[in-house]
Amino acid sequence: MSGTENQAAPLEIHDLTVAYHKKPVLWGVDLEVPAGQLIGIIGPNGAGKSTLIKACMGLLPMQSGWVKVFGQSLKEVPTRVGYVPQRESVDWDFPVNVMDVVLMGRYGRLGLFRRPSKVDRNVARDCLDRVKMLPYANRQISNLSGGQQQRVFLARALAQQADLYFMDEPFAGVDAATEAAIVTVLRELRNQGKTLIVVHHDLPTAKQYFDSLLLLNMNVVAFGPTAEVFTAEQLQRTYGGRLTILSEVASVLGAGNGGVNL
Amino acid sequence: MNELIPAFDWHQVMVAPWTEDLELFGWIGLMGLLVTASCGLVGNYLILRRMALMGDAVSHSVLPGLVIAFLWSGSRGTWPMFAGALVAGVTTTLLIDAIHRRTRVKQDAAIGIAFSTLFAIGMLLTSIYSQQVDLDAECVLYGEIAFVPLEPMVTLGGVEIGPVSLVRMAGVLLVVGLLIIAFYKELLVASFDDGLARAMGINPAWVHHGLMAILSIVVVSAFEAVGAILVIAMLILPGATASLITRRLSHMHAIVLVHALLSAWLGVSLEVWLDCSIGAAMVVGGAAVFAVVWAVIAWLNHLHTSQRPPSPTSTNDL
Repeated sequence: MSGTENQAAPLEIHDLTVAYHKKPVLWGVDLEVPAGQLIGIIGPNGAGKSTLIKACMGLLPMQSGWVKVFGQSLKEVPTRVGYVPQRESVDWDFPVNVMDVVLMGRYGRLGLFRRPSKVDRNVARDCLDRVKMLPYANRQISNLSGGQQQRVFLARALAQQADLYFMDEPFAGVDAATEAAIVTVLRELRNQGKTLIVVHHDLPTAKQYFDSLLLLNMNVVAFGPTAEVFTAEQLQRTYGGRLTILSEVASVLGAGNGGVNL
Repeated sequence: MNELIPAFDWHQVMVAPWTEDLELFGWIGLMGLLVTASCGLVGNYLILRRMALMGDAVSHSVLPGLVIAFLWSGSRGTWPMFAGALVAGVTTTLLIDAIHRRTRVKQDAAIGIAFSTLFAIGMLLTSIYSQQVDLDAECVLYGEIAFVPLEPMVTLGGVEIGPVSLVRMAGVLLVVGLLIIAFYKELLVASFDDGLARAMGINPAWVHHGLMAILSIVVVSAFEAVGAILVIAMLILPGATASLITRRLSHMHAIVLVHALLSAWLGVSLEVWLDCSIGAAMVVGGAAVFAVVWAVIAWLNHLHTSQRPPSPTSTNDL
């Protein structure tokens, strides 16, 4: 698990502990993420998947440990990191249109007192096109379906033109077409050398989509290439004795090439 | 005509205030416009951030700040007043935050505790120091816009500009407008998605406190005109009306200004006709605009849906 010699790893976490109301949610997480991979975070409910992402983004106080992004603190390289929060985390009744939301992805590069320029608008339009939402650019965001909302968030993240992306359940509650479109975009980004860290909740597709998996349950159960980590033994360690999950896992492992739809 | 309602004289109500009586009603109408416009612009963000109650809270809790500033400086000048209001306004938000974060009390209850306590402290202070403080609860609660034309005039280079509180209000509106233009995108992203804002290095807490500071200044400047109770209506009505008409923030700001103009005009007209409190008449006027807009939009929607079925494929709504 080594980065290239002269470049710091996109993400390095050491001894990270996060607690809510004095109850630890993450405990002593150590992690070094290699560049240019599409990485899935999986684990049971309450395992701290979203918490890990939020802590990395500096959105939650840490009880201990540190997070480095490309060898620096996030504050020093904010424009290199993109973020897709959970869809429900914002008010979709907010009085903005799709273009406004995507342009927000450019704000980090603009600095104080500067309005988005024509260049920024062109970038935003291009990003909308990549998620096939360009025809909706002037649409009020409250008139979007769940899948469309998720694509708008993805377009906003693309507009950030970051090198490392954190995405919190981008596939939650979206239609099959959107899921396919998102996967395509994520793979394109990966092929451009970007690093993507994606919280995911569906085991069968996790095996299909991701180069590496982080199995998480309060701490790192396993991290490595999907083929090595996605085993019955590791999943059992992650999910504990939950029979439904285990039978699901068994069927996935038995089905070989994935493709199981639940 | 019922004798409880004075006769409506077109010339007296609609024409005279803006012609022969302009010297009196011009200042009052302008003050109403400035107050409602400033409140409405700040209020847009309160509505967006679902913090309408904070307007209520801050409008009451600036009272102790005013009294302390008055006792400290011995004057009712603009700057001590602003300083007192700022400190009190920001203290209120910090207090609400602290109660709601450090105890099990939820935010709405925390707001209720913080602002009524601060208001009570303000009342205590005014009654203890009633000899020294030329402020009473009546004036703070209700204000009196009709006194605006009687105030001393501010002169600049020998030219009379306008009554003191009106000039102050104009300055406040100018600052509010400039701040919204300067920090438009920070306010937008922090209100829509504070996670993204924070990740981009925009601290949503600073945006929140900045907004509360401006709210305190706006509220305290509007006090003399409309008082602590009616100012809440001025904060919420324009933005609420705008949100019925448009789904773009920039358009909301523009509509708020139109709403302010209508409220001020209706307020003056109602006062001339019915001989009532102008501040209250402006709020009633503003509420009437809200009601009319609501009715018209409901009617248009009704026409729209009854004439043709909704087209699920239409992509451009605006």
